[in-house]
Formats: sequence, structure tokens, C-alpha cells
Amino acid sequence: MANVRLQNLTKQFDGVTAVDGVDLDVADREFMILLGPSGCGKSTLLRMIAGLEDPTEGEVFIGDTKVNDILPKERDVAMVFQSYALYPHKTVRANIEFPLKVRKVPKAERAAAATAAAESLGLGDYMERKPGALSGGQRQRVALARAIVRDPAVFCMDEPLSNLDAKLRAETRAELIALHQRLKSTFIYVTHDQVEAMTMGSRIAVMLRGKIEQVGTPQEVYDRPASVFIAQFVGTPPMNILPAGSIEPGDHLVGVRPEHVHIVADGQLSMTVTLVEQLGHELLVTGMVGDRRVIVRQAAHSAVPAIGAEVRIAADAADRHRFDPVTERRIDE
Amino acid sequence: MRSRRWRDTGLAVLMLGPSLVILGWFVVYPLIKAMFLGTQRCNPTGKCPVDGGLQQYVDAFQSSQFQDALLVTVKYALITVPIGLLLGVGLAVLADKYVRGVGIFRTIFSSTVATSVAVASVMWFFLLNPNVGIVADWIGGVAKTPGLLQNEGTALWSVSASSIWANLGFTFIVITAGLQSVPKDLYESAYVDGANGFTRFTNVTLPMISPILLFVTVVLTARAFESFGEIDLLTGGGPKGSTTTLTYLAYGRGLPTSSDDGLRATVSVLVFFVLLILALVQFRGLEKRVHYGN
Repeated sequence: MANVRLQNLTKQFDGVTAVDGVDLDVADREFMILLGPSGCGKSTLLRMIAGLEDPTEGEVFIGDTKVNDILPKERDVAMVFQSYALYPHKTVRANIEFPLKVRKVPKAERAAAATAAAESLGLGDYMERKPGALSGGQRQRVALARAIVRDPAVFCMDEPLSNLDAKLRAETRAELIALHQRLKSTFIYVTHDQVEAMTMGSRIAVMLRGKIEQVGTPQEVYDRPASVFIAQFVGTPPMNILPAGSIEPGDHLVGVRPEHVHIVADGQLSMTVTLVEQLGHELLVTGMVGDRRVIVRQAAHSAVPAIGAEVRIAADAADRHRFDPVTERRIDE
Repeated sequence: MRSRRWRDTGLAVLMLGPSLVILGWFVVYPLIKAMFLGTQRCNPTGKCPVDGGLQQYVDAFQSSQFQDALLVTVKYALITVPIGLLLGVGLAVLADKYVRGVGIFRTIFSSTVATSVAVASVMWFFLLNPNVGIVADWIGGVAKTPGLLQNEGTALWSVSASSIWANLGFTFIVITAGLQSVPKDLYESAYVDGANGFTRFTNVTLPMISPILLFVTVVLTARAFESFGEIDLLTGGGPKGSTTTLTYLAYGRGLPTSSDDGLRATVSVLVFFVLLILALVQFRGLEKRVHYGN
């Protein structure tokens, strides 16, 4: 098992910077999530760790070894791709055995390892099937089995759940968390889905435009977002951002999570209700405060305001987040 | 319900009609006509006074000329198909790289597709010419006297070289298209798993382009059996019949068949059935090794 250390890691493609001077320490056995919108450089960062891209600058360490010039197969890294990258002409067994076969592991040994890996993921009955005869979730598990059969030090996963439907994704999230706990390996997991990031990660590194904006536990990132971008990217619905001077004095932006906004008779701000969404377990009231859209999360059976109604809203001072209006970075009290 | 079925049938006939008319007029009718003509013996004036019946097909098939031409054709196919396929795959793999200037090589490799058989043959005729050809200067010996196209042992190989070269553009383009359809993730996954270039080629590339390889094999085999232009222009079927293939036997000059349209038709129909059987054998034999995706 191994920690992963990135130092000033930079990648440029034809002069365009995809990853810009990233420093990151991933602890041994940690489940690190690289979270960010499309094009933020998270997949490129993962591919540099796996050895599929050469850094333009900077260094990648796995354990104490600098691996910049080491081939992927010698890095002790396994990769799970978004497309699963299963060999469609091989059976499930042959797919899982492939990494061992190319390493010249004896036939009996690799058959036993493949069977063990498959059975640990509930694939025992599908060993002689081809990937085309499997469901999306089963294919995803075959890709995982192929990764775990090598017992690598680091697992790199590039949006492995993004092709699954919502129900299967939720189930597979739980399976991945269990897998991480069972294998006790280092997982580096790329996603643009903040729910995956929040539910699975030991820590989250949020990326934007090739840089890491914030690294922290899911709760830290949620509770103390380092910038307006993170405040609105992490959390559903996103954090409300109110203009300077609207809810409290000062020239800073104020952010309030929807669950911390309350509709009260003596609220500081007036909001015109534009939308009410009954979600069963909660009620989302959307409205306009000046030219800003504000979402209020309420308990399921709260009073439902009428569309077009004027309501007063408030937020406790302790629940407010302050951001610099120019840099949009968090202002710590 | 009944009227809807009639309406659907009418619509289907209307949609299929143009294709059926063209196919019937240009393929089915000539084939039936050729099959009928193949039962006749004709004179140089084009009159066909003798009806040989189906026995004419049996006699033609058993004749030494047909058997010799069949053997030459099989040899010709065994030379041109595997070599053409290997060169096509090799060049396509070489050109399937995202490096600067690779487009120039792709253009060069695929350029023969735009070269007619006549032009290719004339070019090879001069290249192999014992007096002025550059190949004769390089190799000397038999290439000088009597010349590669004039020697019984080298003529078929020389015509094959011309044919392979002329078909290379087609093979290259089709295989390149196949290679580009292979998901890059598969290569990257194999690379991370520790597969070297050869293992990636045998475990990813070849299986993934196997349908393309089957297609190219069948097409190149058919082309080998149908080759006429290069043989007519380079060797005229000689020397001593060493390059007289089945198609040349059917249409070539100075042969026993050349003045008898009936016999020509007999040979043509036999070539059709030989090719049909061959294609079926290729599909049945190779299909087990072909992967058609998910």
C-alpha cells in the first residue's frame, strides 16, 4: 500500500494548461476524490498518476519513489475507466485474468485469483459470459475485479459510475465504499458528481481550471467552502449567494445554504416566491431577492407559500459564509 | 387490419421496387443469361448452333485448361491475399499514430486506391522491364534475362506484386478505418495492466478489427479470382500459361475459349460458383475468430 504525492504537477497540451502546478498529498489507504466540473483537469491529473500522461512539469511520487519516468505497469497502479474498457471479445474470466496473464502468472494461480476477485464482487456466475451479455452494473464490477485481481497499491478510477442509472449508481457507491474498506488500498477517484464525492471520499480535492481550490473532508468542504465556486458546486441545491450589504453590513458577498434560510415574519429580506417544489421528504421554495435567486429548503409539511407571494426570509449569523466580492475566496473571521 | 396489411405491402413494394429492378436487370438477368449461354457452343461469328447442356459445365470443369487455370488462380490468391493483408495491416498500424506529418504518409499509402489497374500495370511493366526497368538493374540475373515477366517461375509473382501494390490503398484505408474505431481506453487499460506493444496488438488490435480483416480477406480473394487487367497487360496469360487465371481463361486472347462465347460463359459461371463456395468457406471458417462487438 502507498501514499501518493504530487508536487507542482503541470500538464500542457499544445500550450493549453490542463493541470496547473498541483500539489497534493494522498495518504496511504485514503479514498481521495478529485471533484470538479468537466474540463477542470481532474482526469488529466489522474492519468498522470497512472502514467498515461507525462507531466510537463512537476513530480509524482508513489510511496517514496518518484515515478515520472516509470512505466504504468511498474507503478503498481490499477485503473478503472469510465467506459470500463473491457475486452469485448474475452470472457469475464479472461478479462479479469488479463493483468495476471501479461505478468506471466501461472495459469492455476491466476484462475484462482480471478475466481476470488469475481466472487468478492458477486460475479461468480458470469465468468464464462462476454461483456456484451452483462448489464452496465455487472460490467462495472468486472472492471473493478480486473483492477483488484492485481492487488495494486493505488486504484485510479475515472468516473466509473457515470454510465450507470441513478439507482445502480447509488448501489455501486455503497459497494465501492465497502470495497475500499475491505481492500485497505489507496483510492483516487475522479468525479464531477458532488454526491459521489460527499458520500464516498475520505477527503475531497475540488478542482477548477487546472488548480486545486480546496482539499478537505466532505464535511469541511461543505461547511467551510473555500470559494463561491465550491459553495455552489458542492451541495444540492447550491448555496445561495447574496449581494454585499443585503443581509448584513459590509462589502462582502454572503452565502447561506438553503437549509439555513428560514421563512419568518420578521426576516431581514423580502423574497418573491417564483417556484415551489414538493420533493416528498422536503419542500424547496425558490424566489427572487432583488436580481438574485434564492432557494429555501423547508421541512416536507411546512406551509406552502403561493407563487408570487412576498415572504420575509432570515439566516442566522452563524450560518452565513462570507466571500471576497473580487476574488470570491472565503473570508475567515 | 387487412387493409393496413395491404397498404404496408404496397409501401414495401414501392420502396424496394427501384432496388429490385436495378438488381434484377443488372445482376440476376445477366447471371441467368450467362448460365444459359454456358450450355451453348458458339462460333466466332457469335452464332451458337450447338446445345451442350449442363454436361458442358462438367466437361469444362474437368478440362486440363480449367484445372491449370484454377491452380494458377489459387496460387495467385495465396500470394496476393496474405501478403496484401499483412502489408495493409502493417502500414495501417504504422500510420495509426497521432504524430506530426502522419497525414502525409496516410495519403501516400492510400494513393493507390486512386490508381487504375491499367496505370498500375503499365507502371509495373516498365519497372520490371528487363531493358529499362529499375528492378532488373537492382536484381540482375533472371530479372535481366529473360525478365521477371517473361520467366515462367517469376511471372506470377511479378503480376502478384503489381496486384498487391494496386490493392494496397484499399486495404490500407479499410484497415485504418477499423483501427480508428478501436476505443483508445482498451489500449490504455492493457498498457496500465502491463501489456507490451505485441500483446496489445494480439489481444486488442487484431480481435477488435477482426470483422474488417474478414471483409478484406473475402474482397481480396474475390479480386484475385477476378483479376484480368494486370494479367492481360503484363503477361497476356504467359509465359506458357503460368499466369492464365480463371478470369483470363474466360476473357483472354489467343486461348481456346477466346472465339467461343458459350465456353467463356461456362468458365465465368464456374468462376462464380467457385467464388461463392470460397466465400462461404471463408465466412464459416473465419467467423468463429471474428468478434462483431457487443
